[in-house]
Amino acid sequence: MASEGGHGPQTSSDYISHHLQNLQVCKADSGEWVWNQCAGNPMAINVDSMFWSVILGVFFVVLFRLVANKTSKDKPGKWQAFVEIVVEFVNNSVKDTFHGKSRLIAPLGLTIFVWVFLMNLMDLVPVDWIPEFAKRVLGIEYMKVVPSTDVNITFGMSIAVFVLILFYTIKNKGVTGLIGELTLHPIAPPTKGLGLIAAPVIIAFNFILESVALLAKPVSLSLRLFGNMFAGELIFILIAIMFSGGLLMGTGAGILHLGWAIFHVLIITLQAFIFMMLTIVYLSLASESH
Amino acid sequence: MDINLTLIGQTIAMIVFVWFCMKFIWPPILTAIEERQKQIEDGLAAADRGEEKLVKAQAEAAEIIEEARRQATTILNQANSRANEIVAEGKASGAKERERQLAAASAEIEQEANRAREELRGQVSAVALAGAEKILNREIDAKAHQDILGKLAQEL
Repeated sequence: MASEGGHGPQTSSDYISHHLQNLQVCKADSGEWVWNQCAGNPMAINVDSMFWSVILGVFFVVLFRLVANKTSKDKPGKWQAFVEIVVEFVNNSVKDTFHGKSRLIAPLGLTIFVWVFLMNLMDLVPVDWIPEFAKRVLGIEYMKVVPSTDVNITFGMSIAVFVLILFYTIKNKGVTGLIGELTLHPIAPPTKGLGLIAAPVIIAFNFILESVALLAKPVSLSLRLFGNMFAGELIFILIAIMFSGGLLMGTGAGILHLGWAIFHVLIITLQAFIFMMLTIVYLSLASESH
Repeated sequence: MDINLTLIGQTIAMIVFVWFCMKFIWPPILTAIEERQKQIEDGLAAADRGEEKLVKAQAEAAEIIEEARRQATTILNQANSRANEIVAEGKASGAKERERQLAAASAEIEQEANRAREELRGQVSAVALAGAEKILNREIDAKAHQDILGKLAQEL
């Protein structure tokens, strides 16, 4: 709670900014590794985001690997049934959208879907539980538990997707295909007659337009997820502030929290699905000639 | 909210997880799913085939029963007509036999009667002869005549 904690933040704005502060480590100018004095340092690492994202990724990998290890054709257990539902859901989504043959796309979609879902799911843990535990028991000052509210995490994933988009475009259409896609659309430059004079202008125009469109893919992918989760987290934090405002405010906050959490269940699933689906769509666009 | 090294870290983590998923998670699970789908498909196909077979077998059975019923009817009809024939035949032969036996019996009776008549005639003549003998023996005694004649008459 905002008013509790001996060395914790005291005012509402302190409380909010404390919750939005990552646990960072970086090498200071003096050459020492320092905690939480890294504002603006591009070589800093958000330890909490990395920790939770890797932990959740490992959880996903271990859980699914355990199930994959003892799959039984005749007597599937409940976990296997659950995992198979998820896998089939992803597989169908991929099949509907991506018509080429690729061993990567479907596992990529599955990883993105489950991983992003798990990262988003951390949003439903009451906002003070883990940070307070970290502060009081482990002595860690900052702890942001929802990795997808960290723009680095979402950009990290969308950049991997962006690299894959370029890779698939070049693999299926060649470097010339990529260049052609960037320069010959949406206005086809004239190839003969007087129009040739205008061709460089049109190509430059196309290039600017298409580059923006290409770059917008990873940016929108990551910012959409980040924005949704960040806003959701912020609202949870704002509701949490109300808990310290007396019985009436507290009761109201409880109801609000419940409502928002239920609504958020939809959002976290939807955002995970959108991230996966758009990845598949981008990659299928990259590997298909229109 | 600054962009920092976390971005690279997350990209690396993602590559590792996706690689692991592609290598060790996706193939076995998908294989299991596809195997089960195939099994279910086969099972359904087998069930369909079984149902088809059942319908066919039922139709066949009905046909066989119908055929058997028809045959039974035919046999029954044949048996009935044969029985009628036999009865008629029996009646006819019975009548013939009766007539034959009747004829034989009447012939025998006639024969017997003839024989009896023959015998009787012989006996009558013998008696007459004996009577005549006795009459001749006792010609003297009228009374005796009378007597003998009475006896003769009685004997006749």
